[in-house]
Amino acid sequence: MEVIKIAGTDDTPQVTLDAKTPFMEISGRSLPEDVVAFYDPILTWLDEYAEKPLPKTVFNFKLEYFNTASSKLLLDILLKLEDIHDDGKEVLVRWHFPDDDEDMEEAGEEYADIVEVPFEQVSYSID
Amino acid sequence: MAEKFDKQSSLDFVYDFYVKMKKNNINLAYEGEITHQITKAFTSLAENNMTLENDPSSVQKKVFHVMVECLQNISKHAEVRINETTTTDGRGIFLVSKDDEEYNITTGNLIKSDKVNGLRKMLENINNLDPEGLKQLYKQQMREGRLSPKGGAGLGFIDIARKTGEKLVYSFLEIDEENSFFVLTSTVSRKNNLISE
Repeated sequence: MEVIKIAGTDDTPQVTLDAKTPFMEISGRSLPEDVVAFYDPILTWLDEYAEKPLPKTVFNFKLEYFNTASSKLLLDILLKLEDIHDDGKEVLVRWHFPDDDEDMEEAGEEYADIVEVPFEQVSYSID
Repeated sequence: MAEKFDKQSSLDFVYDFYVKMKKNNINLAYEGEITHQITKAFTSLAENNMTLENDPSSVQKKVFHVMVECLQNISKHAEVRINETTTTDGRGIFLVSKDDEEYNITTGNLIKSDKVNGLRKMLENINNLDPEGLKQLYKQQMREGRLSPKGGAGLGFIDIARKTGEKLVYSFLEIDEENSFFVLTSTVSRKNNLISE
């Protein structure tokens, strides 16, 4: 499988997806001009990955900001991870949030409520 | 538009406009097409200003959120006169005002009159919900809602109400049978309401 490595910009997140390492990440800011066009390749990649996933997948979300249109697509990513988990593979979602950002922390809690997948909240400090 | 351009009255208008902006603490006013580039330019301008003003980061984030959602509402939903082949981004008016207490972000745009009732009901519903109700509605809409062809998730107003903790203030002005003008003002308090600080 090809590796997806997208550099972050001021309106699109950095994305790392590599089927050879159990470490996947989406970080930074997400308010793309065209959310569907941005997230489509990521969702397609996950579909393909779901056919032959690693025994353990760790997916890191480390977002500073995302708009409401992106929030829907982030849920789509989480639902794909839920599918992999349902198939009996180990999946861990790690939701990173700045320790002073209650809204980002709450966003993580809400996703954890919606999807049934092991979910870990991780706070970090920015100075 | 139809009136002949009169230079003298234009000068008077500019000064009048300036005075009104100052009086209402308006520090950004724009009318036109709301593109992605405009959204990025206004939000980054606001971020720079808020950093200079030493607004707490929680306030800065809320203003950023509200500005993005308001601007995207216009670019995705405002009525635009389109010819057969081209679509354009929506257009409208966008104002940001600021005093010692709060930021106010106001948008105004044309909508079709037949959409007024649906929109009014949606906004009334949001204003009648408490934070827990808004949270449930957001989750429900995220799960069940579908992205519109223009990429709208139907979450913007709910998000604004949640992030600001304030009621949405809005009005509809009927222009003619077909068209109405929709105005929405969102308020972000400049007081840091984080308990930890």
